[in-house]
Amino acid sequence: MERILFYAFGALAVLGSLWMVTRRSPLSSALSLVVVFVALAAMYALLDARLLFVVQVWVYAGAVMVLVLFVIMLLNLREEESRAAAASWGKFVLCGALAVALATKAFGVLAGVLAVPPPVSKDWGGVASVAEILFTRYLVPFQIVGVLLLAVVVAVVALAKRAR
Amino acid sequence: MVGLHEYLILSGLLFLIGAVGVLTRSNGLILFMSLELMLNAVNLTFVAFSRYTGRLDGHVFVFLVTAVAAAEAAVGLAIFVNLFRLHRSVNVDQMNAMGD
Repeated sequence: MERILFYAFGALAVLGSLWMVTRRSPLSSALSLVVVFVALAAMYALLDARLLFVVQVWVYAGAVMVLVLFVIMLLNLREEESRAAAASWGKFVLCGALAVALATKAFGVLAGVLAVPPPVSKDWGGVASVAEILFTRYLVPFQIVGVLLLAVVVAVVALAKRAR
Repeated sequence: MVGLHEYLILSGLLFLIGAVGVLTRSNGLILFMSLELMLNAVNLTFVAFSRYTGRLDGHVFVFLVTAVAAAEAAVGLAIFVNLFRLHRSVNVDQMNAMGD
């Protein structure tokens, strides 16, 4: 069952990201990126990362992508010239061949390394267990991120104001 | 049970697709979205290693990366809005203001 879910959502993530990279309209790129983010959230659920599952859906598929879609619609972007997209088709095919070669090679090398995850407690990956390590061992990085977010708020307000 | 290598290969493929997007596209917003995809591919590696070693440190790093990515989204999109007001375009191939 877990294997079926992994391959279903993995295929969804790869196809969604390929669709995102090849679309000419930024709007359809953004919407397929939402699909990729939700598929990755499903991966986190498969890996018992309960808190990160919720954070992924809220912050990435929710907040960040709403911001991107808002900017795309605000700027009312036209589609790219077809010349640029057509010129890169050869590159896409080359990269695809390299990716398949890399994946098969890596599969051979990595198969069997850490194949079975260790058993974990019921709360593992939940809010309480992640908060416990976040507020003890990683307290300083957490505080630095808080300062960074404050700086970003000030910077974005300054950028938006100067444009007037 | 799915092995660690399958998560790593999936994450590598997503990172590669994101890198190809950054290298081949010229629309600034699609560039930005490819960058977000690369960050997410690395996050998947963190979570997978975290699960298969039974340690929670990876989850903390993913949490911090998510916060930094959200901050980057806010600043990056504000810069793109300003660039669009200056040049009427977000095509990064035409951005050479610091080049000469």
